[in-house]
Amino acid sequence: MTNSLREIEDNEVLFITGSNTKEAHPVIANMMLKARRKGAKIIIADPRRVPLVRFAELWLQQRPGTDIALLNTMAHVILKEGLINEQFINEQTTGFNDWRASLDAFTPEAGEKLTGVPKGDLVRAARIYGCSRRAAIYYTMGITQHAQGTANVNAVANLALLTGNIGRPFTGINPLRGQNNVQGACDAGCLPNVYPGYQRVDIPLVQQTFERAWAMPLSVRPGLAATEITGKALEGAVKALYVMGENPVLGDPNTEHTRKGFQKLDFLVVQDIFLTETGMLADVVLPATCFAEKDGTFINTDRRVQRVRKAVEPPGEAREDWRVIAELSKRLGYEMRYESPEEIFEELGRLWPALEGITYGRLERGGIQWPCPTRSHPGTEFLYKGGFPRGKVSFTAVSMAPPVERADREYPLVLTTGRNLFQYHFGSMTRRAAPIESHAGKPYAEIHPEDAEHMRISQDETVRVTSRRGSIRLTARITERVRRGEIFIPMHYAEAAVNVLTNNEALDAFSKTPEFKITAVKVERLAQEG
Amino acid sequence: MEKPINSISLVIDGKQISVPSGTTILDAAKQVGITIPALCYHPKVSRSGACRVCIVEVGGTLVTACTTPVSGGMEVITNSPYVENMRRDLIDLILSDHPYDCMVCQKTGECELQELAYKYSIRNPVFRGERRQYAQKDGNPFIDRDMEKCILCGRCVKICDEVQGVGAIDFAYKGFWAKVCPPFEQDLNCEFCGQCVMVCPTGALIGKNWVARGRYWNMREVESTCPYCGVGCTLSLHVKENEIVRVTAKEGRGVNDGLLCVKGRFGYQFVSSPDRLKTPLIRRRKGGDLEPATWDEALGVVASRLKRVKEQYGPDAIAGLSSARCTTEDNYLFQKFMRAAVGTNNVDHCARL
Repeated sequence: MTNSLREIEDNEVLFITGSNTKEAHPVIANMMLKARRKGAKIIIADPRRVPLVRFAELWLQQRPGTDIALLNTMAHVILKEGLINEQFINEQTTGFNDWRASLDAFTPEAGEKLTGVPKGDLVRAARIYGCSRRAAIYYTMGITQHAQGTANVNAVANLALLTGNIGRPFTGINPLRGQNNVQGACDAGCLPNVYPGYQRVDIPLVQQTFERAWAMPLSVRPGLAATEITGKALEGAVKALYVMGENPVLGDPNTEHTRKGFQKLDFLVVQDIFLTETGMLADVVLPATCFAEKDGTFINTDRRVQRVRKAVEPPGEAREDWRVIAELSKRLGYEMRYESPEEIFEELGRLWPALEGITYGRLERGGIQWPCPTRSHPGTEFLYKGGFPRGKVSFTAVSMAPPVERADREYPLVLTTGRNLFQYHFGSMTRRAAPIESHAGKPYAEIHPEDAEHMRISQDETVRVTSRRGSIRLTARITERVRRGEIFIPMHYAEAAVNVLTNNEALDAFSKTPEFKITAVKVERLAQEG
Repeated sequence: MEKPINSISLVIDGKQISVPSGTTILDAAKQVGITIPALCYHPKVSRSGACRVCIVEVGGTLVTACTTPVSGGMEVITNSPYVENMRRDLIDLILSDHPYDCMVCQKTGECELQELAYKYSIRNPVFRGERRQYAQKDGNPFIDRDMEKCILCGRCVKICDEVQGVGAIDFAYKGFWAKVCPPFEQDLNCEFCGQCVMVCPTGALIGKNWVARGRYWNMREVESTCPYCGVGCTLSLHVKENEIVRVTAKEGRGVNDGLLCVKGRFGYQFVSSPDRLKTPLIRRRKGGDLEPATWDEALGVVASRLKRVKEQYGPDAIAGLSSARCTTEDNYLFQKFMRAAVGTNNVDHCARL
């Protein structure tokens, strides 16, 4: 997030797109409701009737995969009606005129045709967002999990630049991060192209800094993204895989493909707290500690570094992840000597100035938001105050491209995947919490009443959902939460693992993010099998 | 534009104080360190003045401190014998229709009603009469709802509507039989965030899994950060005999300021699940089962296999997947291991998934 959670309640306008905030980030939804009680307007753009729609001034129910048309049309209207922030555009951006020309075609009429949203609503949304200088955008995987994900994000950013709704409190481009420490994992350099602090591995000066710090020659070749590893394993280019705390067999698109790839590996080691579906394929499984059994930090969605504290002793011989890694490293001939997670955190701070001012001691009083370069720095509530670090930033022209898969005669429905309120990710934790499992322990597919009627499917009937990759069986939940022609299946249930259906070849070209929000499927009654 | 703030001067229990206009007597008193007892007042919800326990004396009349705004020159007395007697009678009245089962009630020691009964030393209620008794129990798996202990303060109704935006419960029936319940007295079927449990002043709303798992004074409390989504809510883990037996959140701590969702509040049992991995496992031959092993053997196998792949195919034939669920420190060390010890940039995690 460019801005802070604390600012939400004082937003004037909240534009929420591709985020089911009430279920995926429930406590942020509380903050949004507080903003609404204080008079803020909520606009939601989402193909699904997410629970927050009930509180929205305006809900734009676009067809899946038409986010660019929706966002560009809003920009078109903001431009045409003179709601732009000229001073901001002149002082802080470049490429405005070229970009402006790219919007000519996105008239409200064209927008309506492309997105299915009435043009009057597109115009209203543009006016509400464009008229405010305390307007913030919130988005999640509904924007990014597309083959056009990067383009979608650029289109979101264009709106903020056009209105100058960034670099000030109560504004911003705010992706809500989905996992407790996904921010921290990225910040710490668990990405194939960057060292800690987003410092690129293919820049020699950067590489030399890290070679000195770690006293080891390092590779300049950027590595493989998570979604590329399976393919490379199948090709035989990747022979060994070390998985710590992930379950790619359920998490990656196209389960069959993942399973085959992992089975082809010479060696798979999995370090986790439970024997996951991935662990079952491993040659070695190492028992790890969970959040309650170790000290450390998580970094949340608003860049806040917060302490995790050991509360209980781990079961059996389970060990802290960092100790396992250090011991392994020693056995590979590269000694790592640390007494505590605190020492590791301090080393990270020396390599990335944004964390340098944060110490475990300071964190005792509460979380601190990076960048925090010195011990006396209070942390940074919102980014880009007084300008962008690289100077002016550019508008990016984004054009619409169709999704990789489209509904056709054989696979007439569009599948979207995501979370529900009760379960979490692939369920290894929440499915072992008795009350949650007894309340929300069964897989289901949300189907629009008209589609259900057409297919003669009744409520709670078991159905088979099939894509070009495979099929799963689960219960039909007939509901108007989904659009006609679309179904939604939560990702949490291994017995009806939705990634059996998804497409490993539909990836965003830049981020390698899979197109989990659009897969062509068919739904059949089991009785038809005869 | 913000309205200009007018300052108002008043006297509370002899203490002179200036507060912005619109401040209630209760909030003003807080600022000079005077706590006025209250059962329906809660800072997270709108005021109703329903319980009357916060009554104070202003110019000889009684007013509810939580709903009455201050005015210039006001003289407030919060603890005169008149006020205290009246409060005592109010508590006594509430207790006249309350099960006297504090010795087995999960809320004991944390109960606001019990604290007031203690403060006013109400051993036997003066007012004898009928007691509400309900046979029906709510079958939901998260929250025990014992409406015999409900004092109808309305905090739960308000937080559910105003803060959570759900409105799963409301007052039903009238007079003596007034009752907080879901529509048609069905079992509660809501988001199960448990904010209602957090604000309930008595034992009417309790986490089902907390029951008989220990008293709060026998628990250790450890402040930590929620292991689920990216909001990063601050949690208090209540630990008894090496087991988390309850999770709560404190007002004023962290971004969540006391709020939680169903996963954060009720999703902690995985920690002590019997399914947890307790020893390293090794598949000693291709196609065989995973069998328990010592750490030394397991780490030896991992090290030698990784070394062999590296020697035979080069470091880029090895890849590592790290975790958005692990700590920043674990992640830093993992990528350092892949880059410095293995020698590849093939390190990523599930940020995209």
